[in-house]
Amino acid sequence: MSVMSYLGAIGAAQREAMDADERVIIIGEDVEANVYGTTGGSGKSRASEGDFTQKYGRNRIRNTPISEEGIVGAAAGAAMTGLRPIVDLSYSSFLYMAMDQLVNQVAKNRYMFGGQASMPVVFRSAMFYGLNTGAHHSDRPYPMFMNVPGLKIVAPASPSDAKGLLRSAVDSDDPVLIFEACLLWGSKEDVSEEEFWTPLGVARTVQEGTDVTVVAISSSVPEALAAARTLAEEEGVSVEVIDPRTLVPLDKEAILKSVAKTGRLVIAEPAHRTCGAAAEISAMVAEEVFDSLKAPIARITAPDMQIPFSPALEKQMYPDRVKIAAAIRRTVGVAQRA
Amino acid sequence: MTLSHDELLEVQRRMLRIRKFDERASKMVKRGHIPGTVHTSIGQEAQVVGATFALQDGDYMSGNHRSHGHPIGKGAPLGPLMAELTGKAAGVCKGKGGSLHLADFAVGSLGESGIVGSSIPIATGAALSSKVLGRPTVALAFFGDGAANQGVLYESMNMAGVWNLPMIFLCENNQYALSTPAHTVTSGVIADRAAGFGIPGVRIENGQDFFAVHDAVKSAVDRARAGEGPTLIEVVTYRYNEHSEGLRLSVDYRNAEEKAEWLSRDPIVQFREALIADHGFTAEELDALDADVLREVDEAVAFSDASPFPEKSVAFDDLFTDTTYVETLSRQERAAFEQKEEVPA
Repeated sequence: MSVMSYLGAIGAAQREAMDADERVIIIGEDVEANVYGTTGGSGKSRASEGDFTQKYGRNRIRNTPISEEGIVGAAAGAAMTGLRPIVDLSYSSFLYMAMDQLVNQVAKNRYMFGGQASMPVVFRSAMFYGLNTGAHHSDRPYPMFMNVPGLKIVAPASPSDAKGLLRSAVDSDDPVLIFEACLLWGSKEDVSEEEFWTPLGVARTVQEGTDVTVVAISSSVPEALAAARTLAEEEGVSVEVIDPRTLVPLDKEAILKSVAKTGRLVIAEPAHRTCGAAAEISAMVAEEVFDSLKAPIARITAPDMQIPFSPALEKQMYPDRVKIAAAIRRTVGVAQRA
Repeated sequence: MTLSHDELLEVQRRMLRIRKFDERASKMVKRGHIPGTVHTSIGQEAQVVGATFALQDGDYMSGNHRSHGHPIGKGAPLGPLMAELTGKAAGVCKGKGGSLHLADFAVGSLGESGIVGSSIPIATGAALSSKVLGRPTVALAFFGDGAANQGVLYESMNMAGVWNLPMIFLCENNQYALSTPAHTVTSGVIADRAAGFGIPGVRIENGQDFFAVHDAVKSAVDRARAGEGPTLIEVVTYRYNEHSEGLRLSVDYRNAEEKAEWLSRDPIVQFREALIADHGFTAEELDALDADVLREVDEAVAFSDASPFPEKSVAFDDLFTDTTYVETLSRQERAAFEQKEEVPA
């Protein structure tokens, strides 16, 4: 075990994957200079030991032009013909530039060619919301891609999961989109230095509880945990916090079992409200275990609004511990204290 | 380079296969035997086979909506292609792709694409694989004059150029993007655009001449295989049929003289005449080939006819390589997945 940041854990997973399999390559803008901190060595300079470009060479560390559509398409073609690319698309908002390739080629090729193709490719991108980067860099677009059959969707919320899920994504023979949260880049915990793989499609029960289930996604996970602590201390409410970790495939069973036990559901996620992951999970719970519900399902999401730049305006847009705690109180029927 | 007697015969066989296969497919669309529509390569056979015959086993290609010629030109058997057009279980894509999405990975066909220009970077990626893994294979992207105005082509040419990838960008300029004459929407000459990327650009004015196309593509393939990088080749050609079968437009955007002129330079007729005049072939030998190919197409249709439609559950296969997602299906979806009855014919 060693203390690792979320970002450091991603770098560690990439290094392990590059060492484990020569077919793994990293493609993306500014990966050579380690601009985003996941392709570097122990120090800041290029000469530091472990720098990816030094260690693996330019054949496998492919610095690209700013051509997202071309990059994604080429990675798809490379995956269909023997490579296992990790594509660093940096900002999640840049995925829109490559929408045709992601939706029409990456997601569809295996299916429409009757299984002749396999598409072992990982698309990493970071959601820069909550950092005053304005509307073009603050998107949380994972629900859009949940609506595209053929893509696996991952949203790690902890350093350990960032590492273990990335290893599983690279080893998957199917396309995986990983949405990382910049807000979590600096979060730290003990992470195994050994290789480990966190399976896709298995939720993590972050905290067990009996009164209410909170399903939290990405940076909403630590906020939900903070809200759960407050509720336990102030109201004696026992909150179960579940992090789905992967949205496709979604661990429906873990969520349904928990709701069947607690009878109450709050969902917190940083994406927009309409057709978000929370909407899908709400519908699924209502369809499958309606009889278990003792209270209406509550969703804490970003509003259907673009993200403003000013810190005075942006902060209110996402789920935080106060909003989540208030939703839990409403759901379990405890009045808000003055 | 000189092709042997057998190779020349094979060229004519493949061009005839494309012609006869597509003529039959056209009829089958009109009679309702093929659901949806098809886009034929009739008239473009020299351009297609001139390119595919310059490739070797193991080389890759990606294509577009005018899609039957590419796998046929690369030597794919006709039966599974025809069964795909009819949506049968024995189709090369299990009936899940259809005419627009033919792919026969066994001959290096990485798939045809219904989105204009969309498959170009797929071939760029195949070329990248060859380069990174040190394989001696090359990749060729087929696209039309319409796709020549898609941005992704230029992203791909730039990457192929700067990475010196073993790739051929082959523009099938049949001069019309559906109804739109290429010259009315295309600034300058397509082949000249290569210069902007520092790669060779070649324009074949007579794309109905197999030898002209084959020589140019063979040179580009040899360059690519030798590690000398990508080439853009623009081949001027002509489709005889409408954009898609069954399409009836009120405006005749191509005039009769133009059509007559291109018909008078038919690629298969020209090649046959050249085989007899310059390569020692006899008319009898080539007549026998014609009959042989007609029989192959009949057999392909019989193969398709003999195949059942796919089971309903096939609609739920092949989304991913594993079936974990099946666990996530709703109860109704799951029931459909587990059902094994056949779709009624």
